[in-house]
Amino acid sequence: MDVLYQVFVDPFVQMGAMPDLLIQVIWEGFVSGILYALIALGFVLIFKASGIFNFAQGIMVVFGALSLVGLYELGVPAWLAIVLCIAIMFALAVTVERVVLRPLVNQPDIILFMATIGLNSFLIGFGESVFGGEPKTMITEQLGLPTGSTAVDVLGGRVIFQHLDIAAAVIAALMVAGLAIFFNKSKIGRALRAVADDHQAAMSVGITLQQIWVIVWFAAGIVALVTGIMWGARSDVSFALEIVALKALPVLILGGFTSIPGAIIGGLIIGISEKLAEFYWGPLVGGSIESWVPFFIALIFLWFRPQGLFGEKIIERI
Amino acid sequence: MLYREVGDLKTSYRADQAVLTITQERYGVFLLIAFMYLVVPLIADDFWLNTIIIPTLIFSLAALGLNLLLGYAGLISLGTGGFMGVGAYACYKLTSYFPDVNIVFLILVSGFFSAAIGVVFGLPSLRIKGFYLAVATLAAQFFLTWAFGRVAWLYNYNDSGAIDAVNRSLFGMPLTEPYGEPWFQYLVVLTIVIVLTIVAINLVRGRFGRAWMAIRDMDIAAELIGIRLLPTKLLAFAISSYYCGVAGAMLVFLSLGSAEVESFTILEASFPVLFMVIIGGLGSIIGSFLGAAFITVLPVLITTIPRVFEIDVEAATVEHLRFMIVGALIIFFLIVEPAGLARLWQLAREKLRLWPFPHD
Repeated sequence: MDVLYQVFVDPFVQMGAMPDLLIQVIWEGFVSGILYALIALGFVLIFKASGIFNFAQGIMVVFGALSLVGLYELGVPAWLAIVLCIAIMFALAVTVERVVLRPLVNQPDIILFMATIGLNSFLIGFGESVFGGEPKTMITEQLGLPTGSTAVDVLGGRVIFQHLDIAAAVIAALMVAGLAIFFNKSKIGRALRAVADDHQAAMSVGITLQQIWVIVWFAAGIVALVTGIMWGARSDVSFALEIVALKALPVLILGGFTSIPGAIIGGLIIGISEKLAEFYWGPLVGGSIESWVPFFIALIFLWFRPQGLFGEKIIERI
Repeated sequence: MLYREVGDLKTSYRADQAVLTITQERYGVFLLIAFMYLVVPLIADDFWLNTIIIPTLIFSLAALGLNLLLGYAGLISLGTGGFMGVGAYACYKLTSYFPDVNIVFLILVSGFFSAAIGVVFGLPSLRIKGFYLAVATLAAQFFLTWAFGRVAWLYNYNDSGAIDAVNRSLFGMPLTEPYGEPWFQYLVVLTIVIVLTIVAINLVRGRFGRAWMAIRDMDIAAELIGIRLLPTKLLAFAISSYYCGVAGAMLVFLSLGSAEVESFTILEASFPVLFMVIIGGLGSIIGSFLGAAFITVLPVLITTIPRVFEIDVEAATVEHLRFMIVGALIIFFLIVEPAGLARLWQLAREKLRLWPFPHD
């Protein structure tokens, strides 16, 4: 009886008793949800265009952030470092397309998935040997990102909003809007959607698959770079981020593998519910439950809607 | 010339359906087993046994488990580390409650706990397929890793928060790490692995193996011909988790001695076993062994080869090189030979059948 009260009643009582804390927790969840959504966005881009589930997205995030910090530490000014990083991500996209994707054209999806697992492992080792394994600080001020925070008095209490988090939300919104315009209005975006629908039909109208894949992986690389910057600005840049990127998987499941708005909404849902669960239910079982709660939330969603909220319905044919 | 089936005619169905039909192969395998039992304990020193041979055998059992699930049944699982951990912690609790019961028996029993947990986390496979199922198994992995660290009952409320070494013996001689002799541990591990491998070989040749392969190839068609999907998939999870659980228990009690949660995390256990299965060859028993041997020996190779050329390689670089080489090799194998080392072995055998002639 006591257990039932603790699980089903007490957390809500706590929520109501301190509404400013509730808003703070929801805001924290919102922000981490945005960051998960950004990682998931990279997955969605690649999956939409090539049907490949890019396991290496997480390490691309770390790689982008580390390149930026590494270049800055070598003395390169911040704006030039960003330009060079974009070039590095482009080079990475070209290399991946030539070395991994082109030889594996037309192989079943699981083979490509395992190839990205191999790519993940390779980039971990390569990144660690080039950049070293210790955590590094992101060059937040030099990039022009705001620091500091605002405190807002609301509902009898006080909620603190970090400027950086607000900037992250704005940047994410801009990027999603930019990607949406790119996909829907531009010629290359149309080509990407064509490739996502049917590779052979796209080839028959003259779209070069290899170029499209380079563009898609480059776009995913840019998204990864931005994610790395935002994430690194909140906490240090280290290879532990790679495991955090696995959290993007429940986001993808919630939102659907092929939907950009799905990635955002899924990210927000996962972020907010994860923080709420950790804060209000976590102390009951010893804390730190945010490592697995997102996966269980995703599982429950999967049961009722296997394709996610916005994904394409899976039609199986014999 | 040396390795042929010519003249090797079978006179009974039983002989024709045997696992090893070619006489040379049969004698070869028996010789190999005899060699492993009689010669290796005499010539191998403790370093080889403790660092290479015993971990290879233990991880090949785990790779075998994952291969049954991924290679034969086509169910992606990233939860191998968690299931290994369940076996290890189950064995620890069992031997704490029943210190007089034979530890080998308890190791084999602890696999059943792992199988039960595997079935629970395999339940989503009814509705979920492919990558989505991988996420479900990730849920298992992260939840179990969290539980190993948080549920203090599992590690007997130790201050270290980890499994402590226990002293158990077999036939009067101390067995568990670090009290047992390496050669004795090696023989016990070898026996368990050989027995379980024979079970696995027969499983994949029989009804269950064929049902799994049908599900892997096209599950809708499998359902149409009468294979009940959920029980078969759950059985795959159960048996695979049993193997991983036994491997995990052996890892702690016969190899590491004490174990923390870190031994069973996704990076330390799940990914390496997955790499072993991919490089070794999906859907093949011998592939699990080849892959496990490769991944276990690789770090040792990376450290010893430069030493031969008098170049010093520091430990951190070994780690980095290991990740890079494994990653590059996975991509290389997937491009050149998606069926892994096992296929290369098969090709070698077929070439040997014809040698010294160029073709049939």
